[in-house]
Amino acid sequence: MPEPLAWQIATVTAIRAETPEVSSFTLALPAWRAHRAGQHYDVRLTALDGYKAQRSYSIASPPSRAGEVDLTIERIADGEVSPYFHDVVEVGDRVELRGPIGGYFVWEPALGGPLLLIAGGSGVVPLMAMLRERASADPRPAAVLLHSSRTYEDVIYRDELDALAGDAGLRVIQTLTRSQPPGWHGYARRIDKPMLAEAIAASGAQPLVYICGPTLLVEAAANGLVELGVPPVQVRTERFGPTS
Amino acid sequence: MTDRFVSRGFVGRTHEDGDKARVPPGQYLTDSFPVLSAGPTPQIPLDSWEFSIEGLVRSPMRWSWQEFTALPSRDWTVDISCVTKWTKLDTRWHGVSLDDLLAAVEMDPRARFVTAHSFGGYTTNLPLTDLLNNQAFVAWQYDGAPLEPAHGGPARLVVPHLYLWKSAKWVRGLRLHEEDEPGFWESLGYHNRGDPWREERYSGD
Repeated sequence: MPEPLAWQIATVTAIRAETPEVSSFTLALPAWRAHRAGQHYDVRLTALDGYKAQRSYSIASPPSRAGEVDLTIERIADGEVSPYFHDVVEVGDRVELRGPIGGYFVWEPALGGPLLLIAGGSGVVPLMAMLRERASADPRPAAVLLHSSRTYEDVIYRDELDALAGDAGLRVIQTLTRSQPPGWHGYARRIDKPMLAEAIAASGAQPLVYICGPTLLVEAAANGLVELGVPPVQVRTERFGPTS
Repeated sequence: MTDRFVSRGFVGRTHEDGDKARVPPGQYLTDSFPVLSAGPTPQIPLDSWEFSIEGLVRSPMRWSWQEFTALPSRDWTVDISCVTKWTKLDTRWHGVSLDDLLAAVEMDPRARFVTAHSFGGYTTNLPLTDLLNNQAFVAWQYDGAPLEPAHGGPARLVVPHLYLWKSAKWVRGLRLHEEDEPGFWESLGYHNRGDPWREERYSGD
């Protein structure tokens, strides 16, 4: 029998608001194990009466940060676990979790590139782990991030992505589907074929593709890429419906 | 060690749910039907679709779409659970039972395990004992309508008593073996059997 993936009790050491509805929680792990960018942890909450609820949350931090992980969590209005994180959890609280989990939607420098990353909303979280790991890779593969958000305020990791714009090997294409601030230079519509064609052209031939987001976005992006000639085996997807 | 851990300030919302007895541990109820797959959704024209049963059988079989959907079929109402933590009750499907499909090929008595193969390359492994006795079926309708591609159409294996990754979408055939052979997720850290009531999510659970 393989070793079971044990539950451990982590301590919250920092909380950072990314957008009005999204925050990153830094968790110090007593039995930390290096993850692969794209993996997730399972979080388990236990009430006094023994009732338990579990959810999966993607790791945002790169594996080079030993001893701790950042989980970036979006508040789901009628959810059970995400509102607990946003409304109850404070620095110093303890959280039970196990991981890292997931062996397919992962990237590590040995896989090379170029990378074509496509995200909808908080689907950017596992892709950010990949970009953060890529930032310290040598050689650093070319990468494109095509990122769809509702509004400017909803763009997760906006400042960090802006700061990465100085990286010649990385192209970030943003689209805002609901409203755009004055002077917005990015796209203002849902991800479509012309946008995908631009992303392919920018990434270079035969990209490794990772798509994460709501089902409709993932379906549209994955099907669009296949129609544009990207081999299906190079397209890895992670879809979420409501993860509350 | 962690058995007695309590999350400060956590109450939980599903205490009042009357269907709690039907929800496996660590799962939550949903009315929606989330989509989870590892890659793009294959688009499979019905005139090139076929379903085969091969391996340790005395007479391998291959059905066209017309032949397959003309097999004796029935409605199934089952509860389904995904390893990503959601459970959906009373889902309604239409399809043919694995018992009927396997009766058509005359299984070799040495056959003990099955690998389901899908369009797009996905595989999952199951012991025969999890497929026989009206526990599993291949469905081509969901909720009274043709099964959508994102949910596994044209046809999908459904094994409702195991986590949903065992219910291979876009299924194209079964291969019977004497020995167990891990499938796609089973080779990537997920549990070999996947019983939600025993919370067999990952290897070693």
